[in-house]
Amino acid sequence: MELSGFRRTDGTAGIRNHVVILPVDDISNSACEAVASKIVGTLALPHAYGRLQYGDDLDLHFRTIIGTGSNPNVAAAVVIGIEPLWTKTVVDAIAETGKPVSGFSIEGQGDLETVRQASRVAMEYVQQATEQHRERIRPNDLTISIKCGESDTTTGLGSCPTVGATIDRLLDQGATVIFGETSELTGGEHIVAARMATDELTTAFLEVYNSYVAEIGSRAVDLLGSQPTQGNIAGGLSTIEEKALGNIQKLGSHPVIGVLQPAERPGNGPGLYFMDTSSAAAECITLMAAAGAVAHFFPTGQGNIVGNPIEPVIKLTANAHTAATMSEHIDLNVSGLLSREVELTEAADRLLGTLQRTANGRLTAAEALGHREFVMTKLYRSA
Amino acid sequence: MHKALAHRPGDDVAVAVVPITAGEEIIVAYLDTDAEEKITTLADIPYGHKVAVHDRTAGDPVVEYGTQIGIAATDIVSGDYVHTHNLKSARW
Repeated sequence: MELSGFRRTDGTAGIRNHVVILPVDDISNSACEAVASKIVGTLALPHAYGRLQYGDDLDLHFRTIIGTGSNPNVAAAVVIGIEPLWTKTVVDAIAETGKPVSGFSIEGQGDLETVRQASRVAMEYVQQATEQHRERIRPNDLTISIKCGESDTTTGLGSCPTVGATIDRLLDQGATVIFGETSELTGGEHIVAARMATDELTTAFLEVYNSYVAEIGSRAVDLLGSQPTQGNIAGGLSTIEEKALGNIQKLGSHPVIGVLQPAERPGNGPGLYFMDTSSAAAECITLMAAAGAVAHFFPTGQGNIVGNPIEPVIKLTANAHTAATMSEHIDLNVSGLLSREVELTEAADRLLGTLQRTANGRLTAAEALGHREFVMTKLYRSA
Repeated sequence: MHKALAHRPGDDVAVAVVPITAGEEIIVAYLDTDAEEKITTLADIPYGHKVAVHDRTAGDPVVEYGTQIGIAATDIVSGDYVHTHNLKSARW
């Protein structure tokens, strides 16, 4: 398959060439947005956290910020934080990829001076990045993430099987693929557990799964009304088990060769990985992008509209109504699978074609509509 | 032309791929095998919602994808509309 993208000095390849202005913490959002509003072609990534976090929650925050700046879709990063030490931690980690990165801290000089300094560097980075050309890359250069949303019965019948058939072909050619949605595997977790390549991975997966579900249980809440969602139920899904079985139709047939923490980079070579994530779309994709995913396949039934600032989200639906009423959000309509006018192999061909066009530079619907949901996963309250 | 799709032989439910009205005789097609069967619906089935293709007694498992998707909350007969009113999760 002919693909084009941007080769990075660490051997990875991206399909976008963003210069990101990355806040370490919530109070640095304003300076980052000021830089991005002045310097054309930069992208600020404001978010809500980064102060007084500790332990695993702080580790995940750093892993997400650093992973985002290190993503192969990012050409260069300008990092701004309130304090110098955490800013330097992020800059040093991103610098290991070999890409241009600089950090600025606000304390002692204020927003205006920080914006002045950071803008000058951001401008240099944009001018460097805009001189880079797309070159030939291969499927084995790609890390793809998959997650569905606003599911309905058409998801399990059409859009998820299309993704499953597509990732099988990409995995055959050496790609890396990440799936997650820990709690939404409920009812199909035994099927996912049986897909693990080793007994150790099965044990690791079930520990992660059971821990997530136990945490939900510990809140002593009834998830009915939340899972399945009102949208799921309106779309015909009756139970979490039914939703999960539709969801896992997108996993294809390859064995799962790794169980990843949230935002953890796959480290076991090419293949299919499970990541422990929330099932909330923006949180999940943000974690997967932080792990290095450069393109996302997003099957939707009732019409989830999510996007990500650095990882193009390719949306497909098998729901003919959604394809008609929310057409601006849908990159690929596979509703012909339900009328049986289209075969699954043809649907997968079309999705591969959409991936190819996206890699070659065509904006996805979510990109064109400005969907840039960058949402940190928070494990517990800050101190 | 089929009006409902089921995943696997033995599944207890099929999904309406067009809106179906009560009393219609419809063709149910199976994705895995291309087999077809006819059932008569007992209720209106909205697009994307499920119709029973087998009888179930309250408390019985209900199967789709060849796997249990929940438990029948009431008796269900072939042709019934199946949704949250008569199908409950076994998990939460």
